[in-house]
Amino acid sequence: MINVFLSSGSVHAQACISPEIRRIRQPDTGSLYNILRLVHHPVTLRQSTLSKVEVVETEASSYPVEAELEILTAKDFPSVVSQPHRPNNNNSMPSTCAVGAVSGTKRAADSVSHDQGGSPTAGRWRLHSFQVVGWPPIRAYRMNSLVNQAKAARAEEDKGIGEKDKSKENLKKKICNGNKNNATGNEKGHLGFVKVNMDGLPIGRKVDLNAHACYETLAQALEEMFLRSTTTINSIGGEKQQVSKPSKLLDGSSEFVLTYEDKEGDWMLVGDVPWGMFLTSVKRLRIMKTSEANGLAPRLQDRNEKQRSMPK
Amino acid sequence: MNYFPDEVLEHIFDFVTSQRDRNSVSQVCKPWYKIESSSRQKVFVGNCYAISPERVIERFPGLKSITLKGKPHFADFNLVPHDWGGFVHPWIDAFARNNMGLEELKLKRMVISDDSLELISRSFANFKSLVLVSCEGFSTDGLAAIASNCSFLRELDLQENDVEDHRGHWLSCFPDTCTSLVSLNFACLKGDVNLAALVRLVARSPNLRSLRLNHAVPLDILQKILMRAPHLVDLGVGSYVHDPDSETYNKLVTALRKCKSVKSLSGFLEAAPQCLPAFHLICPNLTSLNLSYAPGIHGTELRKLIRHCRKLQRLWILDCIGDEGLEVVAATCKDLQEIRVFPSDPFVGNAAVTEVGLVALSSGCPKLHSILYFCQQMTNAALITVAKNSPNFTRFRLCILDPTKPDAVTNQPLDEGFGAIVQSCKGLRRLSMSGLLTDQVFLYIGMYAEQLEMISIAFAGDTDKGMQYLLNGCKKLRKLEIRDCPFGNAALLMDVGKYETMRSLWMSSCNVTLGGCKSLAKKMPMLNVEIINETDQMDISADDEQKVEKMFLYRTLAGRRKDAPEFVWTL
Repeated sequence: MINVFLSSGSVHAQACISPEIRRIRQPDTGSLYNILRLVHHPVTLRQSTLSKVEVVETEASSYPVEAELEILTAKDFPSVVSQPHRPNNNNSMPSTCAVGAVSGTKRAADSVSHDQGGSPTAGRWRLHSFQVVGWPPIRAYRMNSLVNQAKAARAEEDKGIGEKDKSKENLKKKICNGNKNNATGNEKGHLGFVKVNMDGLPIGRKVDLNAHACYETLAQALEEMFLRSTTTINSIGGEKQQVSKPSKLLDGSSEFVLTYEDKEGDWMLVGDVPWGMFLTSVKRLRIMKTSEANGLAPRLQDRNEKQRSMPK
Repeated sequence: MNYFPDEVLEHIFDFVTSQRDRNSVSQVCKPWYKIESSSRQKVFVGNCYAISPERVIERFPGLKSITLKGKPHFADFNLVPHDWGGFVHPWIDAFARNNMGLEELKLKRMVISDDSLELISRSFANFKSLVLVSCEGFSTDGLAAIASNCSFLRELDLQENDVEDHRGHWLSCFPDTCTSLVSLNFACLKGDVNLAALVRLVARSPNLRSLRLNHAVPLDILQKILMRAPHLVDLGVGSYVHDPDSETYNKLVTALRKCKSVKSLSGFLEAAPQCLPAFHLICPNLTSLNLSYAPGIHGTELRKLIRHCRKLQRLWILDCIGDEGLEVVAATCKDLQEIRVFPSDPFVGNAAVTEVGLVALSSGCPKLHSILYFCQQMTNAALITVAKNSPNFTRFRLCILDPTKPDAVTNQPLDEGFGAIVQSCKGLRRLSMSGLLTDQVFLYIGMYAEQLEMISIAFAGDTDKGMQYLLNGCKKLRKLEIRDCPFGNAALLMDVGKYETMRSLWMSSCNVTLGGCKSLAKKMPMLNVEIINETDQMDISADDEQKVEKMFLYRTLAGRRKDAPEFVWTL
């Protein structure tokens, strides 16, 4: 089994992938990249008695696209590791190795599972908890709050403030000015899971907007959710190419377009306003047939122009 | 007793308040059934689809208070598609048409529309209490209707609902004549509220004992409110950020000094920890503290706060309290009965507490009987110690963030640890487990957990035997929910009669097939066996061998429900 730990600042994940992947992919620099793609893309976890590779899905990918990889050597794992590995912080790396990352805080080293073969626990995935649908079992309302609050804290850091202490200080300063305007920051309370419906499908889903930092990842997550045809391992090779292409939903090449209803109740095309502005005004999403979207503002419009669309 | 006139019996039955006891009373004989049914005022319906509103009305014509629960528990975790059901409107409609004197309505995981809220506000002249927990489908317009029309409203309690906020002035809709409020909780509302109206409302509500504010209520308003409501027993602080040197803060301290009755504190949705000392005055009286939405409070400030809370019975906290913080809790809160430790950082996915905190709590708090604990890791040794220290657990829910993680020290499954818990805690009624678990743990549960009523299982077990042990052993089982476990038809069909003794069974991402579900449905006509079909891959004529992604079955007297959406099939 391969344990892949990704670390990206405060984010890390682990994915446990059965030997089948190794056999299908060539041991080259590309395959670990594909495994990383696998982890970054929403895929579905299914408990199965088969020991084939299962693919993991979440409602939204929880991690930013960029990921650094930190690798520990085999000695960091007390249990059996099939191939010891040299630490290598760059992106090109051998495919079949146990890599691990520690994100700093106190954390027991997750050891590679002993039961590789016949034991009943083989084939069970060890996943980062927040990548599995509905796990950890926290009420959606609480999860939204949590994510919003964490995002606010991260946003402070991302403003280039640097050290945590400094950002906390700044946050405190901002707070301690008794600044009532601080309350408007709580439009973030509006974020979280928004409903997504697709024309022709009876079932709506929900997507966590907080888990995305840009339109691309959101569109890709939605494509995975609604438009995926197959999630078998064979498509992973295909995904590698898909990643470099812009999302079909956004560039107009699909038969569907992604639209959203804003605070005023108008339906707009997704992608025309800056991401942050989008987040504050989106109420829900709809994947609409391109033919029906004719009334909406054309994609390549000047951003300064106020875009008003016809009601759906 | 048969020679007593009905009125006497009725009077005696008035002293029997618990629903279970009243159910027992009604089964003694026909006259008792009649009297009990006609005099029952409070009804609890654990599954809104188990019975029709008409039947409830027919049996309990004197009904004044009803509690309804809708969606399956796993809907809380986004496992149930959006439009699955749980609509309350048919109930409201039936009550209204039959002129029921409804006074109290409590809903959990249901869908309630603004129209329903409006209908409630217009149909029931004595309507007093609305409690909505984890509900959706309504907006602040519906709340405005309730505020406007329910002249005797005592309680409006919104807990963790998804409310569409139209930023209207629903608070201003309480007429000046409304002075009856006892409890108001709008902490979950996302939008602004009319602060002046809020202060006026508090000022004219002399009976107000419970008030929970949302984030949009700043500190200076809080201070004004506290000045006007010094008798509050339960306070939910909204936004708690201010400069500790300011006059507003000083006024707050003065106001807090007058609030000698506050026993329950929550909120701090945004908090500047340096302002917390104002609350140290209140802490010694607190029996309930909920800081689970306050990530801003941690570290030394948090521990200082806790050290003042010697009388605490209930604590909801984030895991940033850490094991050290839990040790402070264990040393300080000797009366602690219930604790919930929630994860605080979703992006990292690390919990800051481990088995150390859990053991500390069990050693330090002899009255602890209810726990929900999200943690990084667990060991069998710790669980065995906890079992020894705390044989009194009635609710034990442990969630290791990595769902299949073994014992952190020995790498063994956690079967022995949970086995010790169920063996020692003879009164255990609710259990959730996580971590690496084999069939063995289910053997233990089946053997020892005699009082167990509800159990949640995820990523556990090896074969059908696991589920079979459970179904065979736990005689009092009412709710069983399973996800991502290798249990299949053999387990499902082993004892089909069992499901009529239970409220419901949820199985998702397991190995049960369409054929198995069909077979179960055929044998048990009193069950609704619902399949949730989210992908288009399956249709009703599909291969019976195909695995069912999500199945929810429940006993019912109402037959298949009429409001099931397209993707839900009742077999």
